[in-house]
Amino acid sequence: MARKVSTKRKLVMTAIAWTLGLLIFFPILWTVLTSFKSEGDAIASPPVFLFFHWTTENYTEVQSRSDYALHFWNSVIMSVGSTLLGLLIAIPSAWAMAFSPTRRTKDVLMWMLSTKMMPPVGALIPVYLIFRDMGLLDSRIGLVIVLTLINLPIIVWMLYTYFKEIPGEILEAARMDGASLAKEIVYVLTPMAVPGIASTLLLNIILAWNEAFWTLNLTTSKAAPLTTFIASYSSPEGLFYAKLSAASTMAIAPILILGWFSQKQLVRGLTFGAVK
Amino acid sequence: MTLKTILLGAVSALALSGIASAETLTIATVNNGDMIRMQKLTDDFKAKNPGIDLQWVTLEENVLRQRVTTDIATKSGQYDIMTIGIYETPIWGKQGWLAPLDKLTSDAKYDANDLLPPIRSGLTVDGKLYAAPFYGESSMVMYRKDLFDKAGLKMPEKPTWDFIADAARKITDKGSETYGICLRGKAGWGENMAFLTATANSFGARWFDENWKPQFDQPEWKNTLDFYVKLMKDAGPPGASSNGFNENLALFQTGKCGMWIDATVAASFVTNPKESKVADQVGFALAPDNGLGKRGNWLWSWNLAIPAGSKKVEAAEKFIAWATSKDYLNLVAEKDGWANVPPGTRTSLYQNPEYQKAASFAKMTIDSINSADPKHPTVKPVPYEGVQYVAIPEFQGIGTAVGQQFSAALAGQVSVDQALKNAQQLTEREMAKAGYPKK
Repeated sequence: MARKVSTKRKLVMTAIAWTLGLLIFFPILWTVLTSFKSEGDAIASPPVFLFFHWTTENYTEVQSRSDYALHFWNSVIMSVGSTLLGLLIAIPSAWAMAFSPTRRTKDVLMWMLSTKMMPPVGALIPVYLIFRDMGLLDSRIGLVIVLTLINLPIIVWMLYTYFKEIPGEILEAARMDGASLAKEIVYVLTPMAVPGIASTLLLNIILAWNEAFWTLNLTTSKAAPLTTFIASYSSPEGLFYAKLSAASTMAIAPILILGWFSQKQLVRGLTFGAVK
Repeated sequence: MTLKTILLGAVSALALSGIASAETLTIATVNNGDMIRMQKLTDDFKAKNPGIDLQWVTLEENVLRQRVTTDIATKSGQYDIMTIGIYETPIWGKQGWLAPLDKLTSDAKYDANDLLPPIRSGLTVDGKLYAAPFYGESSMVMYRKDLFDKAGLKMPEKPTWDFIADAARKITDKGSETYGICLRGKAGWGENMAFLTATANSFGARWFDENWKPQFDQPEWKNTLDFYVKLMKDAGPPGASSNGFNENLALFQTGKCGMWIDATVAASFVTNPKESKVADQVGFALAPDNGLGKRGNWLWSWNLAIPAGSKKVEAAEKFIAWATSKDYLNLVAEKDGWANVPPGTRTSLYQNPEYQKAASFAKMTIDSINSADPKHPTVKPVPYEGVQYVAIPEFQGIGTAVGQQFSAALAGQVSVDQALKNAQQLTEREMAKAGYPKK
């Protein structure tokens, strides 16, 4: 029987949830608002919230100065490409570790995670030199490879925890009924793991989309994604907040929309296995 | 089809592909107004130089510095032309990382002798020019005429630090959020240390003595830092330890500062009525001095250089000659007016009556630039070059670490004495590690 929740409690919880939600969303809202201000209004003190002269001149300026479409496609290719490549490698390895663990499985998992503990700048020069010698600097392939490697530990870990939640008995039962390995994977495991795989996919696309260290350092122009597009609007001398906000809004809009439409899947995946 | 037709077709296809594969120059630059304007005017260059295409990579200053340094140190060849500061140029030139611009210096039409002497000297190593200046700047005092009138003060053309401090305290009215003076406080070798090193020069301080011994334990530095911290406490805005150029620009433009001592390039922003609320009330004066013969102004320029070993030197030279020529200044004047011409590179610009008329800050800029001497920055002799920096590779790290100490002193987290002691210790340690004094 469900617990009875009083109206008062409901109201309080709703208020808290909304406050927290708005608090977290506020920086993004402020960025969007600033992108419609003039540079003068953007630095006004005290800051103006809604009652300013709305203008789209920042967007026009950004459009005329940068090749947004090129940066956008580079971001799409590198985030989707690296995630798919990562899944291709991570699914079999997570599968193996979840269903036939050995004595060293836990160590291997820890070791994988430990690679995330080093500050990336520590590996910049060696990676840069390797990329230079292989001709991968400023190439989309190079970015896909490096982002795959960076996010691989997270993909493996996420998939491993999802697969762990699937009871081995179900697989055994399928085997008892005479299912081959292929059938077992396609008809039994995959449908059960889909929410997990989907949320891993989405989360990694978002992580790759927002990656700003490697993408800034390994690209110059041809393969430069939206992160470099944003970086080009920051200035040490001169006002740039409104234009920078317009560029940021244009850069986060696609991923925000993707997140909006897939939030159900994302939440389901992230809480998958938490409640039985 | 006869053999002749096939051959003809093949030859014309080759010819076409030859035309299509124009040489592309990748240019790394900073996001400053003058550079953005240059990007918009490149059609003029392309029309004069068919076959050369331009690809711009615009980055924020710190990101640019990191990217360009990695690229040139690893000889990756990602950029054909780099925008670099007057700080890097002599260091990289000595390292053999840059291609000397001999063609420009020997070209009579380019007229390298017209380049402003302090800037040309800062970009020259062993008689060779390693980068061509695109725009140059110094620092000066910007002040509010209305607030000065109200307080019954008159800004001299060449103020002293005592006058500035006195005026700042008189103007300050914290109740109405009017602060007498806004100065940089944000830690960084190019942020607060640019201002403080230049100021220290006018107090007679120096970074190192002739034997490369750090000098933060000397009274001149204590006087500088004491003066700065006390003045900012009495007459500065709250939270000044996180203010850099842009934060102070915002404060000044919204009418919160009586004075602001910073880059001459700010003059065009604060007098622009579209951005600044105080545009018609701004006056200018030279950076202050202490009667010791040196003013507290710096010298900076952004320059275009070609990495050594580049395969496109010839095309790159053509571009640099175009972007830093007298003709380019005329082109900007024709399109956007004389006030928007990149300042601080050529003597002839300051002799041009039209420019003098359009840019009210022209005289102040040229006087400030010409009074900065990178080879003799301060009162006592020094073993280094550079007015607001020390032109050695280690300076970026040391300068920023010292800047953090001084920023903490401004915020009141440590005392002035402690900050100087820490600065002395860390500079001694880093310099010993770097092997100074070098023979």
